[in-house]
Amino acid sequence: MLRYTLTRLTSLILSLVAASVVIFAAIEVLPGDPASVMLGVNAQEDTLAALRTELGLDQAPAERYVTWVSGMVHGDFGVSYTYRTPVAQMIVDRLQVSLPLALYALALTVLIAFPVGIWAASRRGSVADVSVMGLTQLGVAVPNFWFAMLMVLVFAINLQWFSAGGFAGWSEGPLLAIKSLTLPAIALALPQASILARVMRSALLDTLSEDFIRTARAKGLTRRQALWRHALRNAMIPVLTIIGMQFSFLLAGGIIIENVFYLPGLGRLIFQAISARDLIVVESVVMLLVFAVVMVNFLVELAYAFVDPRLRVRR
Amino acid sequence: MLRVRSLDARAVSTDDDPGFAGGLAKGPRTGNSSNVGKNRENDMIAKISAAGLASVLALTLGAGGAQAQKMDLTLGLQLEPPNLDPTSSAAGAIDQVVYSNIFEGLTRFGPDGSVNPGLAKSWDISDDGLTYTFHLVEGAKFHDGTDFEATDVKFSLDRARADDSTNAQKALFAGIASVDVVDPATVTVTLTSPDGSFPFKMAWGDAVIVAPESIDTIANDPIGTGAFKFSKWVQGDSVTMVKNPDYWGTPAQLDSATIKFISDPTAAFAAVMAGDVDAFGAFPAPENLPQFEADPRFQVLIGSTEGETILAMNNGRPPFDNKLVREAVAHAINRPEIIDGAMFGYGTPIGTFFAPHNPDYVDLTNLSDYDPEKSKALLEEAGVALPLKVKMTLPPPSYARRGGEIVAAELRAVGIEPEIENVEWSQWLETTFKGAHDYDLTIISHTEPMDIGIYANPEYYFQYDNPEFQNLMSDLTRVTDEAERSDMLKQAQTILAEDYVSGFLFQLPMQTVANAKIEGLWVNAPTQAADLTAVHWVD
Repeated sequence: MLRYTLTRLTSLILSLVAASVVIFAAIEVLPGDPASVMLGVNAQEDTLAALRTELGLDQAPAERYVTWVSGMVHGDFGVSYTYRTPVAQMIVDRLQVSLPLALYALALTVLIAFPVGIWAASRRGSVADVSVMGLTQLGVAVPNFWFAMLMVLVFAINLQWFSAGGFAGWSEGPLLAIKSLTLPAIALALPQASILARVMRSALLDTLSEDFIRTARAKGLTRRQALWRHALRNAMIPVLTIIGMQFSFLLAGGIIIENVFYLPGLGRLIFQAISARDLIVVESVVMLLVFAVVMVNFLVELAYAFVDPRLRVRR
Repeated sequence: MLRVRSLDARAVSTDDDPGFAGGLAKGPRTGNSSNVGKNRENDMIAKISAAGLASVLALTLGAGGAQAQKMDLTLGLQLEPPNLDPTSSAAGAIDQVVYSNIFEGLTRFGPDGSVNPGLAKSWDISDDGLTYTFHLVEGAKFHDGTDFEATDVKFSLDRARADDSTNAQKALFAGIASVDVVDPATVTVTLTSPDGSFPFKMAWGDAVIVAPESIDTIANDPIGTGAFKFSKWVQGDSVTMVKNPDYWGTPAQLDSATIKFISDPTAAFAAVMAGDVDAFGAFPAPENLPQFEADPRFQVLIGSTEGETILAMNNGRPPFDNKLVREAVAHAINRPEIIDGAMFGYGTPIGTFFAPHNPDYVDLTNLSDYDPEKSKALLEEAGVALPLKVKMTLPPPSYARRGGEIVAAELRAVGIEPEIENVEWSQWLETTFKGAHDYDLTIISHTEPMDIGIYANPEYYFQYDNPEFQNLMSDLTRVTDEAERSDMLKQAQTILAEDYVSGFLFQLPMQTVANAKIEGLWVNAPTQAADLTAVHWVD
């Protein structure tokens, strides 16, 4: 187990180092100078030079890379060029929107997908199964931003039950904050729930056709009892894998939804930072997202080893 | 009168809300005490329903109170400022939030673009035109309680023109030789040469007065002298300011103002329709304006900006170094078609680089009227091989992207083949505007006030080098006589139009959508500002 963990950990660190090089290089080749974006069309050359010196942009790329990475190792993400605030603080602020949103959407995903998937699997081939699976196909196909706009039209403009967007903030009490995240969370959750329901159904069907289920049935369990007591637990491995991936996706993939609902989250921060060429923010946020994805994968891999002893022995 | 009534209404609604909510929530809880288990359950239900009922009541009451009199305003704007320091960044979004609301300069722009007294209540000009003596208002204080004095003026102007200054409009201060404090309420500015437009320059957002005590934290905690005090900034979401009770001048009419940043045009539309914002300045979705105009809940304000929208041509390289080819482009352009297609009919055609609302404006649109046959003839006369392939870069604003497609179609009709390249803003700055000027055509709106002088700079991205125009512009700074200045400005406009330096398209409109009960919003945008000091609600 220890060797397995160490191997996974090494590959985790290697992934992070590789990612940092790729991110830094990609942003280096991107055309556009942050100083001229900030100072605009009437700026004089000496003013631009003064600002570049102030931002440390006059250093060599290698030097800036080393400063950036060593800063991050110490938890110092640098100071944003445009906002002039520490990047770490900005990330913490934005995570207060993005993290709850991702968790909320994930919770909705699970709450929708599990019953739907199990229900469809237990009625395999019936009209109900076919129609539910048809609906999930639709859920996968519908773009989430379009669905989001539709909900804004119905629930914000016509019925006026919700605001059309924005985030109330946690200081006004959790209910208001959760309310303002509800439409975005539904928009994010719908396609994910459709995917997860399909995975749940096929995983369950695979397990139901295995020998131990036949044994269980032969022992006298009804089909339903076999499903709940034996099949479900064994079908969870592929489902958990997908949930892990979905969480990373929801955390990083809210860019469009955050723009539709003008939520001050990480996605919008990246979007703004790229157009303002706030390179230090782009680099650090992307790196953080890479870190989150790699960590989630690492934890999922560790979880496999706990669930499936064969993995521990093999390594 | 109005203010008193509104304060009363507010007092009623704030007193009543908690009373209803508290009473209902407490009531059922005290009533149940016999069965403990059941009590807990009932209690929960009671709490939930009471809370729900209370919040519904609070909402209806709140809405009722708001309808009677409202003392706060939520204004939507498309762009969030990167920081709140107008003196070290070009972002117009910064001025939109802080100009006149939080920070003030010696002079200030009025809603019609006139230059009015600001922190300087008056000024004298010496006979040689070199020395300006500014008499400062008395009793003005910065929001941190420190006094506003002549030393603050000296500090601000010296900081803006210093060698290590990062002021985006450093040229505004280039003519200053020295700034001297006479006494706490008087400051003199000595110029290197006479400059009739110096008070105009001091009205810019980049020239506001800042205090040395708060300069280190200005980017995130702006301390000015304005009618509103900065309260909080939820980055990515909104900036809130509150009324400054100690303001030296006419106080603000609102108690607080929140500016919310909504970049997506569809989201902006939804936010106004759903009532999330009370007004939206520079509304980004002109296609939705007729819908608001037809709706009695809203008012649509159409004004003018200082934005001359042009089809810039690279005069520095073939084919547009040839005046005949430029003239051919000018006649190929159909302005009404562009204004209808790109701006949904909003915008004033221009024939030169000058704002039509300016008294010195000359209408020269007939020099470049729509005449495709003439275009073809001119191209033939110029002897260029058709189809003429050129590179057109388009920055992100919708007037550029939409307008570019229409212009390209019009040019194709006469034999010019623009290859459109959509670029990001930073990329546009890097490759088209600066550096190699690697472009033939581009569409952009120049939004600074009175900026015809940019054509006098041969290094500018137009690459237009005309000594006659350059001399005229340098003479202009020395002339203080109004009639003479006016003649020179008209002459300058004519030179640009006759040289067909750029394709002059239209003046960018200012479109504001607001709740019908709001008064005092700026209709025009003489500078990028959302001055809220006079805004108030009416019945």
